[in-house]
Amino acid sequence: MDGLAHQIIAGIATGGIYASVALALVMIYQATHHINFAQGEMATLSTFIAWYLVTEGVPYWIAFFATIGISFVIGALIERILLRPVQNAPPLTHVGVFIGLLLIIGNATGWIFGYTTKVFPTPFVSDAPLFGGLISAHELGTTAVTLVVLLLIFVFFRYTKLGLGMRAAAYNPRSARLVGINVGMMLALGWGLAAAVGAIAGMMVAPVVFLDPTMMLGILLYAFAGALLGGIDNPGGAVLGGFAVGVLENLAGAYVVGTELKLTVALIIIISVLLVRPAGLFGRVVLSRV
Amino acid sequence: MPALLEVRGLKAGYGPTHVLHGLDFDVDAGGVTALLGANGAGKTTSLRAVSGMIRTEGEIRFQGESIAGQATEAIAQRGIAHVPDGRGTFMELTVEENFRLGAYVRTDKADVQRDFERMWEWFPRLRQRWKQQAGTLSGGEQQMLAIARALLLKPRLLLLDEPSFGLAPLIVQEIFAIMRRIREESGAGILLVEQNANLALELADRAYLLETGRIVVSGLAAEIRQDESIRRSYLGY
Repeated sequence: MDGLAHQIIAGIATGGIYASVALALVMIYQATHHINFAQGEMATLSTFIAWYLVTEGVPYWIAFFATIGISFVIGALIERILLRPVQNAPPLTHVGVFIGLLLIIGNATGWIFGYTTKVFPTPFVSDAPLFGGLISAHELGTTAVTLVVLLLIFVFFRYTKLGLGMRAAAYNPRSARLVGINVGMMLALGWGLAAAVGAIAGMMVAPVVFLDPTMMLGILLYAFAGALLGGIDNPGGAVLGGFAVGVLENLAGAYVVGTELKLTVALIIIISVLLVRPAGLFGRVVLSRV
Repeated sequence: MPALLEVRGLKAGYGPTHVLHGLDFDVDAGGVTALLGANGAGKTTSLRAVSGMIRTEGEIRFQGESIAGQATEAIAQRGIAHVPDGRGTFMELTVEENFRLGAYVRTDKADVQRDFERMWEWFPRLRQRWKQQAGTLSGGEQQMLAIARALLLKPRLLLLDEPSFGLAPLIVQEIFAIMRRIREESGAGILLVEQNANLALELADRAYLLETGRIVVSGLAAEIRQDESIRRSYLGY
């Protein structure tokens, strides 16, 4: 019984990572109607930047926040420099750009930092076992960080003027321009935010999976499954989907398919959702009358 | 005194196709100018040209300054509000959020709140639907929301694209009554595109008749209304 409880809790902890990456995917999907395949690679690069800062002696939390800032700038620059010129191009062009980004960032990361697996530190350590060994300090810390990030993002989009402007620009760019919103700026901000959220996810997961240039490949798949499960156009749904996939994956890995086949769970979820309910569990059906 | 909006030799189109072949028209401060004409005459394109949504040639002057070639958001920030064809409502957002977006570029908070209250008074039904998703409103309510959103920019010039389109006659009456109020109370100039020529000419003081991208008749709205031959050959009533 303890084993089951532990698997569920560990699932929630990794689910938080998937939820963050799923949220990053949804944020860009809402604004551009494309899936950013390079989201994982961008997060890996960010994590390497954090790793570099920490190994250079920068205290963990300073490196943490510096990485978030740097990632935000990188994300915004990618939008300005690479995505803006193709914004009216057909979907295939976007797919091409995203795959190119994935390859470039992935390989640049390996080229700069090397392909050897690295140990990434966790700021959450505890000498005594927590809750009778039910949860590790890192899992607890990760879950807390993830929940705070998700809450901040929610508050930002729901209650601030800038958040409203970004939602307006994503939903209806033409009308957003007509009320005086600089839509291009909002898109760049959205990319920056998505990159920052991805960076946090990367830094949270790296101590568990270890850091190498392909670290986020599997995680991006789980996150994509989570986003689809919850509804690719619904940020809240994607977050819930991410947590659900985390728990499902962990339970299936422990009791059904074993750790080696865990990734197939993500693929099964993706295919099932697309076949049975393409809008996802919480995909919003927009009512419109004319 | 120059007009609020002066357009001279305006050419515009989509891609290589030209839709407007050199238009001249004016909107006075506090005045209503109507652009009339059949489908495809270039009315909607004229409005899009003024708000910089398409590439243009020719002069577009607003309050004496050229705005031709500027970005749509920059033109909006100058005080030109546009209710586009299809109304441009943010369907996924609530009525309240649509209101807040209308006033997005304004920084005078107290003044914005006063304008919210004024819009509630003009459009009481929008207040009842305050927290509702805009996509669930009826057509008439959506048109009211579109006009309210545009007015919340506190515009000097309001561009209205077919405010009567697809609405029941009673609702159309209501909306035109509100437009009369806008004209009296806000002092903004209005450039109105309308298929319902009769209604438009009642409201307007200046009117231009478009045919395939050219102005074929222009003059005072009252005179055009009286002119039997224009009415018969162009307006069809």
